[in-house]
Amino acid sequence: MNRQTGDVIVDLQNISLRFGGVKALTDISFNVREHEIRSIIGPNGAGKSSMLNVINGVYHPQEGQIFFRGQLRKKMEPHQAAEQGIARTFQNIALFKGMTVLDNIMTGRNLRMKCNFLQHALYWGAAQKEEIAHRIKVEEVIEFLEIQAIRKTPVGRLPYGLQKRVELARALAAEPHILLLDEPMAGMNVEEKQDMCRFILDVNDHYGTTIILIEHDMGVVMDISDRVVVLDYGKKIGDGEPDDVKNNPEVIKAYLGTSH
Amino acid sequence: MAKSGDARGEAAGLDTFPRLLMHHARQRPAHPAMREKEYGIWQTYSWAEVAERVRAIASGLAELGFKRGDRLAVVGDNRPRLYWSVAACQCLGGIPVMMYQDAVAQEMAYVMADAEIRFACVEDQEQVDKMLEIKDGLPLLEHVIYDDPRGLRHYNQTFLHGLDEVLEMGRIHDRNHPDFLGSEIDKGSPDDVSVMLYTSGTTGKPKGVCQTHAAFIAAARGGCTFDRLSDGEDILSYLPMAWVGDHLFSYAQALVAGFTINCPESGETVMNDLREIGPTYYFAPPRVFENLLTQVMIRMEDASRLKRGLFAHFMDVAKRCGADILDGKPVSAGDRFQYALGKLLIYGPLKNVLGMSRIRVAYTAGAAIGPDLFRFYRSIGINLKQLYGQTETCAYVCLQPDGQIKLDSVGTPAPNVEVKLADNGEILVRGPMLLKAYYRRPDATAESINADGYFMTGDAGFFDADGHLKIIDRAKDVGRLTGGGLFAPNYIENKLKFFPHIKEVVCFGNGRDFVTAFVNIDLEAVGNWAERKGMAYSGYTDLASRSQVYELIRDCVEQVNAGLASDANMSESQIQRFLVLHKELDADDGELTRTRKVRRNFVAEKYAVLIDALYGGKTTQYIETEVTYEDGRTNRVAADLRIEDAKTFPPQARKAA
Repeated sequence: MNRQTGDVIVDLQNISLRFGGVKALTDISFNVREHEIRSIIGPNGAGKSSMLNVINGVYHPQEGQIFFRGQLRKKMEPHQAAEQGIARTFQNIALFKGMTVLDNIMTGRNLRMKCNFLQHALYWGAAQKEEIAHRIKVEEVIEFLEIQAIRKTPVGRLPYGLQKRVELARALAAEPHILLLDEPMAGMNVEEKQDMCRFILDVNDHYGTTIILIEHDMGVVMDISDRVVVLDYGKKIGDGEPDDVKNNPEVIKAYLGTSH
Repeated sequence: MAKSGDARGEAAGLDTFPRLLMHHARQRPAHPAMREKEYGIWQTYSWAEVAERVRAIASGLAELGFKRGDRLAVVGDNRPRLYWSVAACQCLGGIPVMMYQDAVAQEMAYVMADAEIRFACVEDQEQVDKMLEIKDGLPLLEHVIYDDPRGLRHYNQTFLHGLDEVLEMGRIHDRNHPDFLGSEIDKGSPDDVSVMLYTSGTTGKPKGVCQTHAAFIAAARGGCTFDRLSDGEDILSYLPMAWVGDHLFSYAQALVAGFTINCPESGETVMNDLREIGPTYYFAPPRVFENLLTQVMIRMEDASRLKRGLFAHFMDVAKRCGADILDGKPVSAGDRFQYALGKLLIYGPLKNVLGMSRIRVAYTAGAAIGPDLFRFYRSIGINLKQLYGQTETCAYVCLQPDGQIKLDSVGTPAPNVEVKLADNGEILVRGPMLLKAYYRRPDATAESINADGYFMTGDAGFFDADGHLKIIDRAKDVGRLTGGGLFAPNYIENKLKFFPHIKEVVCFGNGRDFVTAFVNIDLEAVGNWAERKGMAYSGYTDLASRSQVYELIRDCVEQVNAGLASDANMSESQIQRFLVLHKELDADDGELTRTRKVRRNFVAEKYAVLIDALYGGKTTQYIETEVTYEDGRTNRVAADLRIEDAKTFPPQARKAA
């Protein structure tokens, strides 16, 4: 795979995050380049999800700075992150269970809808045009992720693996520059994992989306990532290309277990 | 609307497919020729648009160096652009070679080497990857053209071309040489080979069947006249393009009659697409009808009591008089009233759910259809008929005429087709639709066509009193038990396969004392049944080994035995012992053909130890089997299989002679 990664797009410097007396993250620095697949790995409770929440503005670190496209980011709320082109999926699926797949993905276009409530309610003129334009985008995503067959199915009736895919679809519908994926392959069987890997690589390749990924499955991470950050107890213990990380003794000790 | 004579393309000179295509582009330029669902919306291509695209692809192919007589491999799902490339290839006097899209690379390599392919037109990255995998072993392969560019942007091999580029290249070529394509089409002769279809390889290596324009057009024209098909028909093209049935219905007949073909969005959306299109003309192998019925039955079992009651009542009414009403036979006023009520409450909505509300003619073929299954569809008012034919005869030998439907026959010989029986019961056919030859296999050609020009089908059958042909089995499969009784495995298997819980059966008995069977349960149906019983199971192998499941299957086997006992010819072939296999028979493991027919000998060899156990009186047998996944990886499945006895019934008194 000969992906070309570009300039640094997100730069995290000396991030520390505390919840009362609990130190979730301690003095962590790393950066993300444009178009790359950057993974964050670590044992349970290492601070991976906290890290992701810091990046899209759910948590605000007590110390440290975040540069987004070279600019220092002030305290930012999640919706501002979304407006800047950061989309995400969640560890525990956060979809509207009673709505169809299509409607769920449509919500990903929410930020880009310009018409007001009344216009949409009447569905006339500009609102109609807008809806059609958004629907085209959504249909492109549906085709891209090969979920045509479940377009009109309520999400709650779908198996877990497909729900994960729908969540990815919704994030993609926002046409993000950066996609944050929180354990996209948790609880999947081998075949579903392979499909998901394929889709992540395709998204990265086709749309040029920068992807920041949290994942437990080491095999998956090593296969698809350009660079990997390893966290343990809120500290960074490794950073680099998959092969370097794999051979880093500290990483082996903390995460892969020591060989006796 | 064009005159009906015209619609059937009987005007002189319409004797090759490219000429037919250009004819439709002139006669009915704005009439829809193809539809494809894209981005959730049906997109229509008119005949004029199709002709323009085909022209462009053909010119593009010529630009790449495609010569008269060259063969173009076509691999992929039913996409309009692949149908166009078939037509484009024919415009240049080339021969499209249709290949199954789910074949693994090695199977494709065999066909591509055998057919000496220089050009391939494939659907997407999946197929391109297969081509790249086998390219080194195929020195003749020069160009690979792909339809869908997704995921292929980093592929920089110079022999790869996007179909869009080829189209563009062709348009330029066409502008510079406006007379080129017309003259190429003029050079075509009806006796040129129009397509090569590979036999499924039930016996030995696949063989390339060469069919001429004349043969396929004769078959298509005969069928269109027989069923009065007009340019107003709609058909859903969802069966593999490499299968003779699809080529006849979606390509040959569509071009002869000028009707519309509809390509589903993807393999999984076929049911939805079927409902949206509501075809007027429909073709499906029995397996599809069976799956549909199984789904309906499963959903009915979960329905409320009232609905179940209504369904049961009106299905009884339908069983009693539905088929007769469809055939226009006299039916009492009371029954007619009941049936009309049922149509309002049950049959109508049911047909709508199945996507069959508009169907005028539906066909099934490819394997024998269970009589109960067949009766079900006819009784709810769907004009389901059977036909008989094979790749070598353009799937055109016998058709059931409207109003003369018999459950266990395949109808009367089609127009212009001669059918006769050999001394051993083998069916022999002759007519304009016969194959020209097997590609590069004069030996096989000579073997299958006898001195009088009859094609030997290899099927055994007989004509009944009304001149309808009945097929019993493959001529070579029909055997005898040691007691002298007739053993027709397909006949027994089909009876068993009608039970919704049973997916596949393989029977043994030729040269043996009694009949035994391997059974594959239907995971969906039995799984649902287990769920309602509160049984937990971990997968197919686990479920298949449960004693409750064995009881379920034994019940089915014994019902079949009771049926066989009442048939004088078949009473000796009751199933005495059976087992439920620990894995599903699968085409990837070579146990089924790509059209999902059991490869009997292969299965018998592979599971010889199980057969020995069946006849050796054992009650369990350990077996370990290799399974191949779709991506080519393999794994081993092991199980201790239980073998059980089934009750048999005394033959019912033969009619006193």
